Amino acid sequence: MCLAIPARVSQILDDDRAIIDIDGVQKEISLALVDDVAIGDYVIVHVGYALGRLDPAEARKTLELLKEMSSTSSETIAS
Amino acid sequence: MSAPQARTKRKFGTPLNFKRGVIELSHGSGGRAMAQLIDELFAKSLDNPWLAQGNDQACLQLPAGRVAMTTDSYVISPLFFPGGDIGSLAIHGTINDIAMSGARPLHLASGFIIEAGFPLGDLRQIVESMAAAARAADVAVVTGDTKVVERGKADGVFINTTGIGVIPEGLHLSGDLAQPGDSILINGTIGDHGVAVMSKRTELDFDVSVVSDSAALHDLVRVMVSATPQMRCLRDPTRGGVATTLNEIARQSGVGMMIEEAAIPIQAEVAAVCELLGLDPLYVANEGKLIAICPPHYASNLLDAMMSHPLGGKSAVIGEVVADPHHFVRMQTAFGGSRIVDWLSSEQLPRIC
Amino acid sequence: MKYIDEFRDGVTARGVAEQIVLEAKPGREYNLMEFCGGHTHAIYRYGVQDLLPDNVHMIHGPGCPVCVLPIGRLDMVLGLADREDVTLCTYGDMLRVPGSKGRSLLKAKSEGADIRMVYSAADALKLAHQLPERQVVFFAIGFETTTPPTAVAILGAQAQGLENFTVFCNHVLTPSAIANILESPDVRELGTVPIDGFLGPAHVSVVIGSQPYEFFAREYHKPVIISGFEPLDVMQSILMLIRQLNSGRAEVENQYIRAVSRHGNIKAKRMVAEVFELRRLFEWRGLGVVPYSALRIKNRFAKFDAEARFDLRYTPAKEHNGCECGAILRGVLQPIDCKLFATVCTPETPMGSCMVSSEGACAAHYSYGRYQAEAETA
Repeated sequence: MCLAIPARVSQILDDDRAIIDIDGVQKEISLALVDDVAIGDYVIVHVGYALGRLDPAEARKTLELLKEMSSTSSETIAS
Repeated sequence: MSAPQARTKRKFGTPLNFKRGVIELSHGSGGRAMAQLIDELFAKSLDNPWLAQGNDQACLQLPAGRVAMTTDSYVISPLFFPGGDIGSLAIHGTINDIAMSGARPLHLASGFIIEAGFPLGDLRQIVESMAAAARAADVAVVTGDTKVVERGKADGVFINTTGIGVIPEGLHLSGDLAQPGDSILINGTIGDHGVAVMSKRTELDFDVSVVSDSAALHDLVRVMVSATPQMRCLRDPTRGGVATTLNEIARQSGVGMMIEEAAIPIQAEVAAVCELLGLDPLYVANEGKLIAICPPHYASNLLDAMMSHPLGGKSAVIGEVVADPHHFVRMQTAFGGSRIVDWLSSEQLPRIC
Repeated sequence: MKYIDEFRDGVTARGVAEQIVLEAKPGREYNLMEFCGGHTHAIYRYGVQDLLPDNVHMIHGPGCPVCVLPIGRLDMVLGLADREDVTLCTYGDMLRVPGSKGRSLLKAKSEGADIRMVYSAADALKLAHQLPERQVVFFAIGFETTTPPTAVAILGAQAQGLENFTVFCNHVLTPSAIANILESPDVRELGTVPIDGFLGPAHVSVVIGSQPYEFFAREYHKPVIISGFEPLDVMQSILMLIRQLNSGRAEVENQYIRAVSRHGNIKAKRMVAEVFELRRLFEWRGLGVVPYSALRIKNRFAKFDAEARFDLRYTPAKEHNGCECGAILRGVLQPIDCKLFATVCTPETPMGSCMVSSEGACAAHYSYGRYQAEAETA
């Protein structure tokens, strides 16, 4: 598999570099593979590179769906 | 204990140059240079009547009782890390190994193996930190040894520290005494030392404000022993972390263990570093933590005692000893499942997959 | 940790688990292959299997780049590391993996080879600058996730005119491996491996998108759910697979919608296409030779190709007799079906590929899952 984690971009540096922050842990990464990243964006980090962006709205939707799935378990589902 | 009388010190022409000087082979040759190093650095910093006597051994008067003895070698890269250095570690680690028997640590002996070319300034910093740690713990380094090896034959400095202590009468703590039903406690957050050290390794390249938990635990142990002399076992989860220590005790006692992930204290930053590097914090080293095992009805009493001590503010009951012919350590995950917490097959390495 | 902890919540997990029990039909079996080691790891580490009903079976797939690298390629990298002029950079994952005669990079290092663990291809590039008199070789492994960073490093080396940096490329492709499993007689003709559906890769798909899997759903009529690696992602994806199977659908659905789009990371794909091309043949440990399943460095970047620079030749090496990794990687057998498992083959002395990485099916089962089996034999 590929170990990658979502991290918040806290600083943009020169040369396609950025600093990410995960609960107080800072690490310099490369932005060479993604365009137009801004401070505050969440990116998926793998071997020191941002591989892509994490979409907070979609994350929220997934969580809502999960909550819904787990709370409807007593009802009958028709699909 | 009666301490010997100090004698007058030898004097040397030019004092050691701690600003720019380095260790040379002559500092380990047994001649004048070595005598000067011992006088101007080791004896001066560690300053106690036994060392000042300048003999090849310390003659000690021990109080009555069973004596606990241990030895440990300290090899660490980098030598200086947030929250300590190899010097303080060499004191804390050995004190803790003695204290895990319930003993009061009394005396330490220390051997240095130094690589030629090592900066005298760094060596002084290490020795002074050692001296401060020993003073704070009220334990003296009563005898020592220094060897110098050629450049490239050692990684800066290696330190070996041996210690002895005396066990209070009637107390018997041992790794083979855990019984099914017993409670498992820890005195605080896991993985702090390992993460603090990793944060200074250049190849991993991350910044974090975690400091090592390196500390002498004998005073905490004193408080625990007096509150709950019924404790069965104490052990410090250093190399290999909590997981390794629990497996050791399970095997020694012929039992299994069930721990609860949600109950194990961990700092958010330590968890984040482990996530980033693909490490399991249960296997990351600690230098100021202990695992205590006691009969279940004494657990809350013991927990209160631990929490009353400055080194136990975040103590917790993390699980219980169970009967298991295979001696598995298992964990109830916070997610709701269970898994084995196995022996480590070898040192954990950062991974990408 | 934001966007991590929420997806590990035990209360939600219990609810989703109840829902799975409710929807999984008691009369049928659900055989689901999680392709990636990442899913395997999550299933074991969080105890996901404990939350699933008995008729939902997870089959561990070959999605572990450490596991699938054949011994012959390891022998090549060991040969490189032994060269006087070479400084070899490797991810920590590969250090302990044994090549022929059980020799690993860690052993070679203790014998004096100059081997450095790096976290990133960029670190290897940096090292090449710092050591101009050394030949710095980066041991590149991994699926589509890890390939773009290697491409960036090679493009960087070219831009900087580096003369002492090369890459030993072992990048492999996920869709080819899935196709190989689906094409194998066990699955296609004999039906001895009843794979009903797939959990598709999370981070590979961040790069390649969900589109490449559409072929599998269509051609083989198997549902694929692109699934995140957190345990709730896995649970939700399992429920989505059960729903598709119950209603007779075979579609690609994207559970990891917060990071995966249909077309993936176009910039990353472009850089990969610039630097790499398909290898006609590549041997996978366990799966054998799979056509067009790996990448090599294009001729115009040959200067940075360790295989060209050091004239390396591949010689297949023999696997341990009795090792069932091939069948385990295809889902035909479970780790406990192998007679070497937990006897001569352990994480300390791995014989086959599934035991060499903590992501491998055997290693994960050994380290996390043995309790059940041993308790039953007690």
